[in-house]
Amino acid sequence: MKKKFPISVHLALTLAALFVALYMIFLYAPEEMTMGEVQRIFYIHVPAAWTALLGFIIIFVSSIVYLWKRSQFADELASSTAEVGFIFCTSVLVTGPLWAKPAWGIWWTWDARLTLTFLLWLLYVAYLMLRNYLINPARAANLCAVVGVIGFVDVIIDYMAIRWWRTQHPQPVIGGGPNSGLDPRMLATLLVSWVAFVFLFFLLLRVRLGLAQMRRELGDIRHILAFRASED
Amino acid sequence: MVSLKIVWNIFSKDLRIEWRNRETLASMCVFGLLIVFLFNFAFEGAREETLRLLPSVLWVAIAFAGVLGFNRSFASERDNACLEGMTLAPVDPSLIFLGKMLANLVFLGVAEVVMVFAAALWYNISFLPALGQLVLIAFFGTLGYAALGTIFGAIAANTRMREVMLTVLQFPIAFWILMLSIDSTSGALRGNPSGNWLGGVARVAGISLVFTIASFLLFEYVLEE
Repeated sequence: MKKKFPISVHLALTLAALFVALYMIFLYAPEEMTMGEVQRIFYIHVPAAWTALLGFIIIFVSSIVYLWKRSQFADELASSTAEVGFIFCTSVLVTGPLWAKPAWGIWWTWDARLTLTFLLWLLYVAYLMLRNYLINPARAANLCAVVGVIGFVDVIIDYMAIRWWRTQHPQPVIGGGPNSGLDPRMLATLLVSWVAFVFLFFLLLRVRLGLAQMRRELGDIRHILAFRASED
Repeated sequence: MVSLKIVWNIFSKDLRIEWRNRETLASMCVFGLLIVFLFNFAFEGAREETLRLLPSVLWVAIAFAGVLGFNRSFASERDNACLEGMTLAPVDPSLIFLGKMLANLVFLGVAEVVMVFAAALWYNISFLPALGQLVLIAFFGTLGYAALGTIFGAIAANTRMREVMLTVLQFPIAFWILMLSIDSTSGALRGNPSGNWLGGVARVAGISLVFTIASFLLFEYVLEE
């Protein structure tokens, strides 16, 4: 994987995608009729939300894989994804109120999807806190995998519970119904922006995974050294 | 049959310990009563206001009292290395989970009876007309909440600052159990038209069962060294 797709190429592609996305957001996409320029934050907000959710799906899948196969890589993938996904989830919570204030006139409302995003953010926080507060780090993989699985069950339940709850958020614009749907230029901008976000997400994830692997190797080396010292 | 006996042994052991020192139950009841009492003064209001606020007050009190109990449930096992003993026993870990969860369910149930009685007395509201519905809602809501509390109590027992860790894990994940329980409870207290209430109970029951089954299946990984 590393040889086929070196990290420098990945970085260059990410930067290029981000620049194209920025060009499309500010110069290519048409101005929205009712909200005006403010609506352009949509191309940051929605891709960040999708990516944050993608992050938790990766945590869920790698937690299952860890519990099933005991693969150390799956555990490192889950913990690295949690850190990267947390950044994207935080940026959803920051861009959301910035958009809501001019569009709705309020910073925040406890509408269903806002509640869901906030809960997702709390799940990320809980997962990261658990990793850092364990007395015996050797048990981290098991315990965090359990939280990763139950947390994802919670995300699914959130999606169902939203239908039983009040909502102020717009209905899904994409694939929502016959009259929904975006201007094709808006849709193109959104998708390009999302591709850029996904590239960025996986770039950060690769760097973080590399760190996790270095830490593990360092731990192994220390272990061997301590063992040799005790033999002498 | 053997599994039932194992569950019963763990359950009765927890009850016996509790009967001897009565620490957990006493602190849960007193804490719950204090929350109900404080909110009574915070929201001095007309009857319609009370009907609107009481379900939330009660479930918040239950949520906090519950966390108090779940923390002790595994902290006490940890202190004397009882947890290692239980893990070493040739017993399916899921059975340990069931025993502990049932004990937590009973403790929280007793605390709920005390809190609801106090709320009826202090807020001048009769729970009797909708007692059947309320018992069902409270049972299913508490079941899911106690199941999550048991598995997260076991996880949090492995951390520094376990009290904080348990609440950080418990509240976001048990959020919908609490919200739907509050929703159904206020529906039941307002006397919603018959036929409608079953849906509320079914939602609470559905979510609680999902979390109970998930916790039951995952518990073995929590005990594994």
